[in-house]
Amino acid sequence: MKGFLDYVKRNPMLGIGIACLVLLLGFTLIGRLFIDRNLAYKMTTERNIAPGEKYPFGTDAQGRNLLAIMVYGSGMTLEIGAIAGLIGLGTGILLGFVSGYFGGGMLDMIITGIVDIFLTIPGFLILILVATTFKNITLTPPTMGLVVGLVSWAGPARSIRAQVLSMRERPFIMMAKLSGMGSFEIIMKELVPNLLPFLVMSLSQSVYGGVMASLGLEALGIGSRREPTMGMTLFYVNYYSAFIIGNWWWIFEPVVVIILTLVSLVLMSIGLDEIANPRARRSV
Amino acid sequence: MSKLLEIENLKAYFYVKAGTVKAVDGISLELEKGSKLGIVGESGSGKTTMALAILRMIRPPGTIQGKVSLDGVDLVTLSGEEMRKTRLSQIAMIPQGAMNCLNPVMRVKDQILEGLIDHGVRMSKSDSKERVRALLETVDLNAHVADMYPHELSGGMKQRVTVAIAIAMRPKLVIADEPTSALDVVIQRQVMDTITRLQKELGVSMVLIGHDMGLMAQSVDRLAVMYAGHLAEVADIREMFAEPLHPYTKLLISSLPVLGKRGVFLGIPGVPPSVINPPPGCPFYVRCPSRIENFCNIEAPKYQEIKPHHFVACYLYEPSARVKEGGKK
Amino acid sequence: MTPLMELRHVYKVFGGKLGSPKANVALDDMSFAVEEDYPNIITIAGESGSGKTTMLMLLLGFYEPSLGEVDFRGKNIYKLNKDEQIDFRRNVQAVFQDPFAVYNPYYKVDNLLSIPIKNFKLASSKDEAYRMMSEALTKVGLRPEETLGRFPHQLSGGQRQRIAVARALILHPKLLVADEPVSMVDASLRATLLKQIRELNRDLKIPVLYITHDLTTAYHVSDYIMVLYHGSVMEAGDVEKIISSPKHPYTQLLVNSIPWPDPNHPWGEAVEATRRVVTGNQGCKFLSRCPHAFELCSASVPPLYQIGNGESVARCFLYRSSGVLEQEKLSSLFPARE
Repeated sequence: MKGFLDYVKRNPMLGIGIACLVLLLGFTLIGRLFIDRNLAYKMTTERNIAPGEKYPFGTDAQGRNLLAIMVYGSGMTLEIGAIAGLIGLGTGILLGFVSGYFGGGMLDMIITGIVDIFLTIPGFLILILVATTFKNITLTPPTMGLVVGLVSWAGPARSIRAQVLSMRERPFIMMAKLSGMGSFEIIMKELVPNLLPFLVMSLSQSVYGGVMASLGLEALGIGSRREPTMGMTLFYVNYYSAFIIGNWWWIFEPVVVIILTLVSLVLMSIGLDEIANPRARRSV
Repeated sequence: MSKLLEIENLKAYFYVKAGTVKAVDGISLELEKGSKLGIVGESGSGKTTMALAILRMIRPPGTIQGKVSLDGVDLVTLSGEEMRKTRLSQIAMIPQGAMNCLNPVMRVKDQILEGLIDHGVRMSKSDSKERVRALLETVDLNAHVADMYPHELSGGMKQRVTVAIAIAMRPKLVIADEPTSALDVVIQRQVMDTITRLQKELGVSMVLIGHDMGLMAQSVDRLAVMYAGHLAEVADIREMFAEPLHPYTKLLISSLPVLGKRGVFLGIPGVPPSVINPPPGCPFYVRCPSRIENFCNIEAPKYQEIKPHHFVACYLYEPSARVKEGGKK
Repeated sequence: MTPLMELRHVYKVFGGKLGSPKANVALDDMSFAVEEDYPNIITIAGESGSGKTTMLMLLLGFYEPSLGEVDFRGKNIYKLNKDEQIDFRRNVQAVFQDPFAVYNPYYKVDNLLSIPIKNFKLASSKDEAYRMMSEALTKVGLRPEETLGRFPHQLSGGQRQRIAVARALILHPKLLVADEPVSMVDASLRATLLKQIRELNRDLKIPVLYITHDLTTAYHVSDYIMVLYHGSVMEAGDVEKIISSPKHPYTQLLVNSIPWPDPNHPWGEAVEATRRVVTGNQGCKFLSRCPHAFELCSASVPPLYQIGNGESVARCFLYRSSGVLEQEKLSSLFPARE
């Protein structure tokens, strides 16, 4: 632990990022122990109440307890981001390693071609198309995550391929081949450990992308209307003209949570980048 | 003959968590005006650190102690601003791998002029063009190289550009750290020829740092052999090869391949020592075939002039050592 | 007798097809064979761009020839069956230049030795493997208890390179290719490492191809040498003779540029013509830098002319009165000898 703290002193970005994330997770997980889930869905007659004793976070225009919404919703948005990130990165890793390691051949050309096409198509449009087509299916956070993940694999695939291509020429890979290791073995045992810092950084970037995409979709109303995610909250803020009726708390709270989420992910990315990329190191 | 550079008991210590790294541990050297001094040593010998210490480019947790006097001025006591002005205009350095440190997005002429402008030199456009052309000519480069970018140049050409940058302000001293180590042998020879020629022409004093004894034999007047932050031996180049005194120097020279002598492999057993928290005594003790047991490892031998202009740090040449040894027996 | 490895009229081209103007011909019609149990070391010398690294990569099967064939025990290495492939991999090994880059920084150095032992089934148990590793490490002058179990960054460059040589000892391959094995190692350790490579060659009869641009170490450790320039052999033969008395102008330039560690033996005259721009050169590759060039040199590519009693060859029209050695017979210049 001490070593970790020492390192964080030299890499403050990572430290702050992790601290924010821990704060958020603490908020959502511990909060769930105290607040009943139904309160996030149940609509009462007490609408548009400013934060006070009864409702510490106030209520929204539909009469829902905003504290409950924040506690559960922040976790849900993170969940969507995490699922999207994992799916995107997972697919990206698979394709990236395969096309990178066997670079130059037919397989690589096909995969890279598909990746490049995907990169040029605006992912957001695809998301809107997909989400609105499947309007009938209730978009729960996991489903949202899946949908968003579908378009976020191309970027990681490309960057991982680039990393693998450059590693491939290194002498230790040549040695591995001379030692009789097979291709799959080399990828798993030699390349992956070396790329682990890069992959973790890519994960935080993917999760960030996932959260952003879900926020964008939900703010447009594409998502599960009932779920109290941050994005849906923004949608309702807009729908019920919270600015005009002066419900500042309704705007303030989700924005703070969103900023905290995104900032923590970005800082972690930057901090991890320093580990992953020795040349970016600022301190010894 | 006057002395340009006088280094007295220079030390560069780094205080890190694991202990104290004594990268340079008490070096005293002199450089005559207009001469070439070679500094040879293996990894961990401290030769690059020493060059950086002379230029006061050691950052915390490193510290510099001692005296480094350039033409009578003690560099260690100068203020930060004064030292900055001294660099490039009085002492220039061609660092290791310099050719890879050229700015890839600046043309050669701009990189040469950059240092000059920084030191307050103001010239008209035509004057700067002429200055750059003249500099390039001194390093055997064609004038049209001025408008080129580093990636358009070959390794040897890039290295010559770094030499041009170094001599742009006609410094008194140029320190070159492994200037040719990445170059092919033919280009290496050409670049060294260029450096030798312009050194004579401009009367610049030069310190050449390297690990190639062969290159030293061909290029320098005097040679200093460093080992683990200490000076083992310093002598004129011919005398160094003809009559090496320090056991390390002897072993080093005999391990080198020479025409006519094939198939004899004499390496030095063991590994160069680590300079973190070094043990007391002579740093070469562990690997020295002539060591005096339980004596040489107590206190480091003094660096002394054993023959005219020939300095060694070894108890084999210290008369007092014999007495002590005799006494111990 | 089928040679162990053979390059047969191999061409390797980058950036285009053979014959196109922008193509870079890294290796130009190389025919070379190595016999099994061959107790001599052959140096493949050249500067950057000479083709020596390309040759190494072709021999190890990491590059595919653009034209021609690379054979292992008479069979094309790209047409070997599963067992033959394993046989090839196991029997052709290398020591590389950078003592750090051959290790995966995440694993202990033991990996470099234990993985091939496991994959090639050289030991029947973990204990036997450990014993083999310890023995080999001791042979190269290292102490197993001080080296095994460490990570690469905890050891010095010299120690790491010695482990790489120990690996070759354990594997006992039929061919060892050493790519600048001592250029990144401290001077005091070079001689020891070269000695071990030499012992590998002499005692275990493992042919060694020593790839370098440093003619001093080549002189020191090898028996024969072939000098490459832009993908072609310029001179080849006994290393002592060629370095003390080079015949090809390029070799002369190289030898004269060697910084001998003897202040009384200065650099020779760097006899090199200022590079001429030669258009339409159909002949010798060294034309633009050669001080002795004449019309014949640009008209056609000189063949390998025999020097003296034919113990060496030089690809230069200066020797056109001598007999010619066919390209394919290059290896006859390197007969096995004690």
